[in-house]
Amino acid sequence: MNTATLQAQDSAGLSAGTPLLLEIKDLYVHFDVYGGTLKVLDGVNFTVRSGEKVGLVGETGCGKTTTMKAILRILPMPPARIPGGEIYFKGQDILKMGEADLRRVRSEGISMIFQDPTAALNPVFTIGQQLEAVVKYSLEGKKLSRREIRERAIIPLREVALPDPERMLDSYPIQLSGGMRQRVCIAMALVASRELLIADEPGTSLDVTIQDQILRLLHRLVEEKNVSVILITHTLGVVRETTDRVYVMYAGNMVEAADTRELFARPMHPYTRGLMDAVPRLTGGGIAGGIRGRIPDYLDPPPGCRFHPRCDHAMDICRQEKPPFYRLSDNHEVACFLYRDGG
Amino acid sequence: MTTDILTVTNLKKYFVIGHSGILKRKPITVKAVDGVSFTVKEGETFGLVGESGSGKSTVAYTTIGMYRPTAGNISFRGQNLFEGNRTRPLALKKEIQIVFQDPGSSLNPRRNIRQILELPLRIHRPGDNRLEEIVRLLEMVELPPDYMHKYPQMLGGGEKQMVAIARALATEPSFIILDEPTSALDVSIQAKIINLLIRLQDEFHLSYLFITHDLSLMRNVASRVAIMYLGKICEVAEAAEFFRNPYHPYTQMLLSAIPVVSEEEEKLKPKKIISTGEIPSPVNIPSGCSFHLRCPKKMDICSEVDPVMVEVEEGHTVRCHLYGQP
Amino acid sequence: MPSLTPESDWLQEEVNNVTAQANSLTLPKSKTMENIGRSWYKFSRNPMSIVGLCTVLLVVFLAVFAPLVAPYPEHAGAFVDFANASRPPCGRYLLGTDVVGRDILSRIFFGFRFSLTMGVVVLALVVPPGVTLGLIAGYNQGTWLDTIIMRLTDIFLAVPPLVLALAICSVLTPNLFNAMLAVSLMWWPWYTRLVYGLASTLRNEFFVSSAEAIGAGKAHIIFREILPNCISPIFTKMSLDMGWVILIGSALSFVGLGVQPPKPGLGTMVADGAKYLPDQWWISVFPALAIVVVVLGFNLLGDGLRDMFAAEEV
Repeated sequence: MNTATLQAQDSAGLSAGTPLLLEIKDLYVHFDVYGGTLKVLDGVNFTVRSGEKVGLVGETGCGKTTTMKAILRILPMPPARIPGGEIYFKGQDILKMGEADLRRVRSEGISMIFQDPTAALNPVFTIGQQLEAVVKYSLEGKKLSRREIRERAIIPLREVALPDPERMLDSYPIQLSGGMRQRVCIAMALVASRELLIADEPGTSLDVTIQDQILRLLHRLVEEKNVSVILITHTLGVVRETTDRVYVMYAGNMVEAADTRELFARPMHPYTRGLMDAVPRLTGGGIAGGIRGRIPDYLDPPPGCRFHPRCDHAMDICRQEKPPFYRLSDNHEVACFLYRDGG
Repeated sequence: MTTDILTVTNLKKYFVIGHSGILKRKPITVKAVDGVSFTVKEGETFGLVGESGSGKSTVAYTTIGMYRPTAGNISFRGQNLFEGNRTRPLALKKEIQIVFQDPGSSLNPRRNIRQILELPLRIHRPGDNRLEEIVRLLEMVELPPDYMHKYPQMLGGGEKQMVAIARALATEPSFIILDEPTSALDVSIQAKIINLLIRLQDEFHLSYLFITHDLSLMRNVASRVAIMYLGKICEVAEAAEFFRNPYHPYTQMLLSAIPVVSEEEEKLKPKKIISTGEIPSPVNIPSGCSFHLRCPKKMDICSEVDPVMVEVEEGHTVRCHLYGQP
Repeated sequence: MPSLTPESDWLQEEVNNVTAQANSLTLPKSKTMENIGRSWYKFSRNPMSIVGLCTVLLVVFLAVFAPLVAPYPEHAGAFVDFANASRPPCGRYLLGTDVVGRDILSRIFFGFRFSLTMGVVVLALVVPPGVTLGLIAGYNQGTWLDTIIMRLTDIFLAVPPLVLALAICSVLTPNLFNAMLAVSLMWWPWYTRLVYGLASTLRNEFFVSSAEAIGAGKAHIIFREILPNCISPIFTKMSLDMGWVILIGSALSFVGLGVQPPKPGLGTMVADGAKYLPDQWWISVFPALAIVVVVLGFNLLGDGLRDMFAAEEV
């Protein structure tokens, strides 16, 4: 109970003591494709404080990965285009940065772990070559000798509890199992001291027992190193067990943001509730019917609240206006007209 | 409810993946399935759970006839599926159908939904009015009739899987193998597919062999569950009993690793066991009990003797030395 | 198939997701039009593809309507007009005349006819058996059928193609038909190899397993399930090969084993004119340029088709 109230205070809006590490303000991302423009992100707001573990949940294709790619500015442009919005990392707008500053953010500030560790590692280089490259290009490594670089590259491999790290340096990705590859990816992400780690579905392609190990490893490392984490996933259970605060995303909009405990205890947005009900429970009792319909067409998204065609509580206003965030309590916000009068 | 529809007896499937030795004479085999026995009862959903490499899909593919077993046999309503050396008769193919994991690859991208659904109708029900029947099949899986003109890539993942289910239903089978039918889909879509499958089971009195790696899903769909590890079954029990009282250390490890969304579920997870190690390569299966390398309750005997299946309670069997008969 | 970086893979996925949804919202009727529109969009993104397409269309038009569009159709055969022999390009003879006074432009138009006939006939002879063998071998990968078919193609591939063609043409009477026969004989293994690779991958796709589980026959699986998925690479290869076949046909004509004088084969014309180089350069240079234009046109078209299909298949 004590920790819960502490957490509640911790995320009580901008007035909280902890500084904002990352702040996304009203971000729009569009893709120009055959037949028009895909309006994927539609005014996304998102913040991460120092040392905070933030979850981002939503169905496939709701724009989670697009948001993260925008943060690192690795969206392919064209076809992507950012018609509006700001992304502040430690007070600096990433979208307005020059190449040199951007490189510094990528090599020292933010790193990313991808869903598929097989695709994230280059099959023709050894683990050592790939790790050493990361060490070399993080600025502090530039003055090191080859031996020192190699020694520095072993350290993260030890940290991620890989057996026989020296031999591991000379292995090729294909010689490792999926779980080991993901550990290597984490090692690579944590080679240089980072402030923010973006983990995009880090366990999804792995078995449950391996996913569990990877998530525990990630948890331990971020605690030790005091790194902030954005965990992207479509598995609600993973978010519940590993994050402090959660954003729920639907069709390019944030629909609900709350402390993790609060969200799982009191999901408010009809979409969050639908998602929560659809999760099969270990306690049994069958599965609810899911959410009818599917993610809208981004070429011509529904006006107003993008969820209204799938919502059982849709009202007239939902079809006309986009709902703003309503603050239900210090640690719970929801973008739904049902809560106009404060829930 | 009590008659058996499918009986798998001591099923073995080995794959030769290469040769070793000076003369390359000694075959290197992968024991994908190594002595698996279970029965599926008429009208039930039998769950087969395992991590990748456990051999659960090999069991499915052997049942459907993609592989011939190395040893052992599978019988369907008393009829041996691998009698003689010929291909499986159409009458049997009609009865046993499969829904694959990835609907993206199980539907031919160059054929439209009408053509896809027409094939089983043409082969197994030549007299019927095909167009009418296709519309009926689409209705059965809750898709509008005009979907028959679409190609798979125009559909969402869930809709593709619905088409795959419709195709399996088209032969009017009595037994359907569901090979991870929802693991590539989002939960909201998974919920729809699962509910559809349960409704269809009631409506047509189908028996399912449901394969998945997701234990919490299994809890909600299966009447009985078997856990596989490295080609062998570790534990079989009624679903409710299985989750209330897991015996095998591997089952406990699996349960402890599941990310859950509520406090009540948290209480069901074994607390003392945490997952360690990885599933070893099926080329080099550890001696004795194949799980002993990862087992937190390992004893000396485990690395030497492979345990046998023991019935600990009625309908609950475990293959572990901890529960060996005294 | 071009290898994609993880990023573009992901993007393609997201875009596919989204566009797939877009597609399903339109009415069934308009979908064919939309697909054509999308394909055209992809094809036309590279302007060189358009250049290729236009070149090919122009050449086909000129070849088909050669008697109508050629300024002197009668110059296509054994025609003699010594008064106008060896004229350099001028207003009357745009590309000049050859040593017996025939209009080179007209002869090039008719030359296109032989070249295109060569290409079309060779491909028509080569593609069906080559593809069928590749499908059979690929679907039965690992069996004796596969071994026999693929070793046979290896044997044919081991013979240097031009030497084989030369041998056949010099043993039989040198004419266009035998040239086509010779080229066909050495060309089919390429299709077998291409389709073999595709089919042996496709046979492991789950849609093939599904069809087998349903009880579909081998013919159905090979021609209805696997073949449609090979069409685009086959098409692309065909358009690229058109250029190559024309080139080889011209080479055979050049050494006197293809189109026989006085018929205007492009290669034959280059060969005849070569004697009068460099003074009367136009006699051989313009037919040579015509070969370049045709081959280049087909190659650019092939590249465009590949772009179009590749993007569609991801």
